[in-house]
Amino acid sequence: MEGLERIVSEHRLFQGLGPEFVNLAAGCAKNVRFNADQYLFHAEEPADWIYLIRHGQVALEVATPGRGAAQFETLGEGDIVGLTWLLPPYRWGYDARATELVRAIALDAKCLRDKCEVDHDLGYALLKRFLPVLVQRLQAMRLQLLDVYGSAG
Amino acid sequence: MDRLGERAPVMAPDAMLPLIARVARRVRELPDTWTLDLVAADGGPLMRYAPGQFTMMYAFGVGEIPVSVSGDAADQTRLVQTVRAVGKVSEAVTRLAAGDTLGLRGPYGTAWPVAEGYGRDVVVVAGGLGLAPLRPALYQLQAERKRFGKLVLLYGTRRPEDILFRRQLANWRRQLDMEIEVTVDHAGAAWRGHVGVVTRLIPRLGIDVDNAMALVCGPEVMMRFAASALNDIGVPEEAIHLSLERNMKCAVGLCGHCQFAGSFVCKDGAVMRYDKVRRLLGLKEI
Repeated sequence: MEGLERIVSEHRLFQGLGPEFVNLAAGCAKNVRFNADQYLFHAEEPADWIYLIRHGQVALEVATPGRGAAQFETLGEGDIVGLTWLLPPYRWGYDARATELVRAIALDAKCLRDKCEVDHDLGYALLKRFLPVLVQRLQAMRLQLLDVYGSAG
Repeated sequence: MDRLGERAPVMAPDAMLPLIARVARRVRELPDTWTLDLVAADGGPLMRYAPGQFTMMYAFGVGEIPVSVSGDAADQTRLVQTVRAVGKVSEAVTRLAAGDTLGLRGPYGTAWPVAEGYGRDVVVVAGGLGLAPLRPALYQLQAERKRFGKLVLLYGTRRPEDILFRRQLANWRRQLDMEIEVTVDHAGAAWRGHVGVVTRLIPRLGIDVDNAMALVCGPEVMMRFAASALNDIGVPEEAIHLSLERNMKCAVGLCGHCQFAGSFVCKDGAVMRYDKVRRLLGLKEI
């Protein structure tokens, strides 16, 4: 297996995925790096890329007037940055900033969407991998919203 | 009656009679949270306790509250307890200055089963003020470090400024024999640690799940999710221990205020095994 295919197949998201699907996904992939405090993307920009983190930490932030950026989640090695690529209008709703040196695999979202439209088996296989991530984050966000560490905690 | 706790509680000879304790030292941990070092007012021994147990603190003329011990059980010269001011009694207790006195009953309840972790990896999951009842267990784990496998502390709290025992955590981190991960629910851009609920850290644990023990303390909702996440990665239900909290009044299983299905949290808990309570935790009726 070639370098990029191997890296993609070893990522937690793609582990166990058939080699034909890995090859299709790797065809949309490239290696990227971000230095500390460099932004992966900003809110309102098109969600053109999905990032599979190989090393480092990324903070998801929302700018709040008068208070600067508020971090609401950090993601690390093995995590995915960017689930917005799945659904229209394919636009980021938050900023993503590297808090330290980050190495990642960037997947071209349009390339992947096009391949999923052509090959529904690939689309279904990828959805089965992305949806649990979405649900886990939704559940975590619900717990976060409960503010359990308030005065009663 | 099906008791949920397994270990016999250690109870003072006269469980309903308060001892008079004197505040030897008072440390502000957070704007609303204070740690009190207590000694016997008559200069004698105060009480022996095990990690995980609690006392009933009596602010004279105001009332009584249950408070977990947060100090080192190996240091019997003083009793260390950490209190957050959230009501009349806790506000009165946290206003006490060095030299002031208060009433103290106990210790009560079951203990963290630290010795069950000998030869195993140990994960401690704390949420918010839940780090305080776990600190005595952490002291013991550190004191007997060689008896355990991998030792991990996962601590979640609201914001970076709400981190409890900050200096202690830094000291433990410097010792390099315990992995410590701190996460907050919200943070400004300057924060370099994790952001997100503490349960998100659990799937990343590099532990031998078949030979691990977990101690969990925090708000009950957080404990439910944390215990479930630990079980999801393979830690057996019977190896997960939680410290429950209910409305405790008598602390000796007589008044029934802390009834939890067929048990009483005050004497059958507060530390209980997850497999015994899992199906009860989501019931709003109890």
